[in-house]
Amino acid sequence: MEGERRAPRARSCGLPAGGAPAPSPGVDAPLPGRSGPPALPRAEVLDLDEDEDDLEVFSKDASLMDMNSFSPMMPTSPLSMINQVKFEDEPDLKDLFITVDEPESHVTTIETFITYRIITKTSRGEFDSSEFEVRRRYQDFLWLKGKLEEAHPTLIIPPLPEKFIVKGMVEHFNDDFIETRRKALHKFLNRIADHPTLTFNEDFKVFLTAQAWELSSHKKQGPGLLSRMGQTVRAVAMSMRGVKSRPEEFMEMNNFIEIFSQKINLIDKISQRIYKEEREYSDEMKEYGPIHVLWSASEEDLVDTLKGVASCIDQCCKATEKRMSGLSEALLPVVHEYVLYSEMLMLTEEIGKLEDKVECANNALKADWERWKHNMQNDIKSAFTDMAEENIHYYEQCLATWESFLASQTDLHMEESSEDKPESH
Amino acid sequence: MEQAPPDAPRQLQPAPLEPLGLPDAGLQAAAGEEEEGAREEGPADGTMTENNFWLKKIEISVSEAEKRTGRNAMNMQETYTAYLIETRSVDHTDGQSVLTDSLWRRYSEFELLRNYLLVYYPHVVVPPLPEKRAEFVWHKLSADNMDPDFVERRRIGLENFLLRVASHPILCRDKIFYLFLTQEGNWKETVNETGFQLKADSRLKALNATFRVKNPDKRFTELKHYSDELQSVISHLLRVRARVADRLYGVYKVHGNYGRVFSEWSAIEKEMGDGLQSAGHHMDVYASSIDDILEDEEHYADQLKEYLFYAEALRAVCRKHELMQYDLEMAAQDLASKKQQCEELATGTVRTFSLKGMTTKLFGQETPEQREARIKVLEEQINEGEQQLKSKNLEGREFVKNAWADIERFKEQKNHDLKEALISYAVMQISMCKKGIQVWTNAKECFSKM
Repeated sequence: MEGERRAPRARSCGLPAGGAPAPSPGVDAPLPGRSGPPALPRAEVLDLDEDEDDLEVFSKDASLMDMNSFSPMMPTSPLSMINQVKFEDEPDLKDLFITVDEPESHVTTIETFITYRIITKTSRGEFDSSEFEVRRRYQDFLWLKGKLEEAHPTLIIPPLPEKFIVKGMVEHFNDDFIETRRKALHKFLNRIADHPTLTFNEDFKVFLTAQAWELSSHKKQGPGLLSRMGQTVRAVAMSMRGVKSRPEEFMEMNNFIEIFSQKINLIDKISQRIYKEEREYSDEMKEYGPIHVLWSASEEDLVDTLKGVASCIDQCCKATEKRMSGLSEALLPVVHEYVLYSEMLMLTEEIGKLEDKVECANNALKADWERWKHNMQNDIKSAFTDMAEENIHYYEQCLATWESFLASQTDLHMEESSEDKPESH
Repeated sequence: MEQAPPDAPRQLQPAPLEPLGLPDAGLQAAAGEEEEGAREEGPADGTMTENNFWLKKIEISVSEAEKRTGRNAMNMQETYTAYLIETRSVDHTDGQSVLTDSLWRRYSEFELLRNYLLVYYPHVVVPPLPEKRAEFVWHKLSADNMDPDFVERRRIGLENFLLRVASHPILCRDKIFYLFLTQEGNWKETVNETGFQLKADSRLKALNATFRVKNPDKRFTELKHYSDELQSVISHLLRVRARVADRLYGVYKVHGNYGRVFSEWSAIEKEMGDGLQSAGHHMDVYASSIDDILEDEEHYADQLKEYLFYAEALRAVCRKHELMQYDLEMAAQDLASKKQQCEELATGTVRTFSLKGMTTKLFGQETPEQREARIKVLEEQINEGEQQLKSKNLEGREFVKNAWADIERFKEQKNHDLKEALISYAVMQISMCKKGIQVWTNAKECFSKM
């Protein structure tokens, strides 16, 4: 059901910089075509603006509003890595394939850390071989990101997963955390590989191919001239904040980033919360089915019916688990990556304020910005379409289960009544 | 509640015009009914067939509920809900119904009626009332007795109660029940005049009292065990169901948050904006759909609750039987001991200890005349005792026969109703799934067009 027209209001640079968005259409004008009982007014459904840690769904139960505990991603079944690689720019010409897997724990006298195996397959001439396998730790990724930022201060560098989870009570090295991080690191490298400029960065190549000792010695080389310039550019940018008049394009970008950042953070919270609620629903369902089996032990005439219901509930429970895993594969990592992107972008866009100092930088950033936005739209669209698909599949599965149960009950009834009919030939 | 097709009017023994004054009267009516072979279930559509009180079939409904204020027994102001009971008589020929009676009753009057029925029909599994206070509440549902949803569900429950009584082959003919439906003023006084509260065995109320019955009837022991299991399993089921409902509510409602955020986000998007906004609308629809779904489920829970309370009614019958058995055994014991005393006096041998015997030993023998007198008294008592035992035995056998007939009737009703309830639950789930498919298909279309 489409055809919703957006409520007429300014949606260009007229928005006050950093101000609150205009009230959403749902509050004043009920959306047409809404059937059934009136939905809760939005204010009751959600009150996210007040405190970003609160996701208010109900007014009563405070414990449900606790968003401080980071809900760990479920260990997922190995999803085809191919799905995570987006052919963003040149789908037919992709010549660099990277996977990140096999986290391994290393214990030394000083520390314990995890390394990840990185496999690179390529047909590029500048690579000495067509296949490489190396092991890297988080520190190495941090180094790579730093180098890329130095070398390309005007480009949008993909985000790394968080160093620590501050809000959570998750141990640093538990399985869920490692898996989530692995997926994010995989995404990070592939984003770089798909970027028209970054993919040819020398440090990137070294990262993918060098053996451990080679990487260490490469790292020890001091920051290059280019990186020093990059630092200067950044420093100037910070000091020039607010002084120069900004061209309209960058104001628009500014506004976009602020609102986008706000919204993507909310979506991240909502999605995490949905996962949590589904998990709790699934847990309760696990107890629900078996009670019917227990009951059937004392009811001779209702055994089939009760056991049938129990079986349906169990099937639906399994379908819920599958739905949850779909959510954590497709939606949650994508949304979270864009949360990290948006945090970064709030700072990067400062660079654009330099006009006469680094004129060419503006254009480079603008091009990269357009590219980033385009990818973002595709990624979001894809992720939510997948989520919708998961939900459709979930309901279809449950429907089939219950319909088959109902059919069996009706058949039984017909059988019973036909037994009563007198024989007639 | 499923309505069975109405039976042809039965020829029944005319019911007594006076309120049934003796506990036995209920049994007599039942016995009379047994002779006529009317063991099949009465018409289950809330209609009552011909007897001295009605010339036509009747329909009963509890059609309205109203908040009232009044003064209670302690002259304090109180708020309560009154329920409108309407009785319609249905013409055989054309099926037209005419309103014959309409009056208001409150919950406490229903309770009074039920307590009366419990006393006068001890062998009947008396239909239960809907719960007094909301239990097994999941958190969004109010536990307040004045909450309109609770009142509405209670209205349905009370109607169900009246229909159950009206379709019970024995209970439907009770005069007090008839007056409950037809005589607004003075009904309470009439009930109390029957003196049923005095006849109620106070021992039944003592839940903790156990009666050591030497020869328990195995069937009743099994039945009591069954009713305990039924109560336990349904309570457990209702509790978990409430938690499941809670969680499901959470899942749906959180999706509603997407709606607002998508809408706000759509303002800054050019190409994606329309898709985002319409997808958001579908998220709202999804979130609000759970309210109806859970309301339907509440009715299912009420159906289960009825049988939860029926378990208590079953147990009440078992208990009454237990008491009866106990009294019988006590009477038999008493009789046996008197007979023995008599024999000892007659033959002069003292086998059993008696105070009289002791005092005789201490203070000298009694005269033959005294002994004769005592023997005579004992013989009279023995005679009486034998008569009583005989009638108690008869009473007991009648009780067992009638109770068991009603229990069989109840079992069939229960199997039918529970099966239907479980099937209706499946139907509800199917409807929920279909709605889900539709909403998410719409949402997916919006997302893919972004």
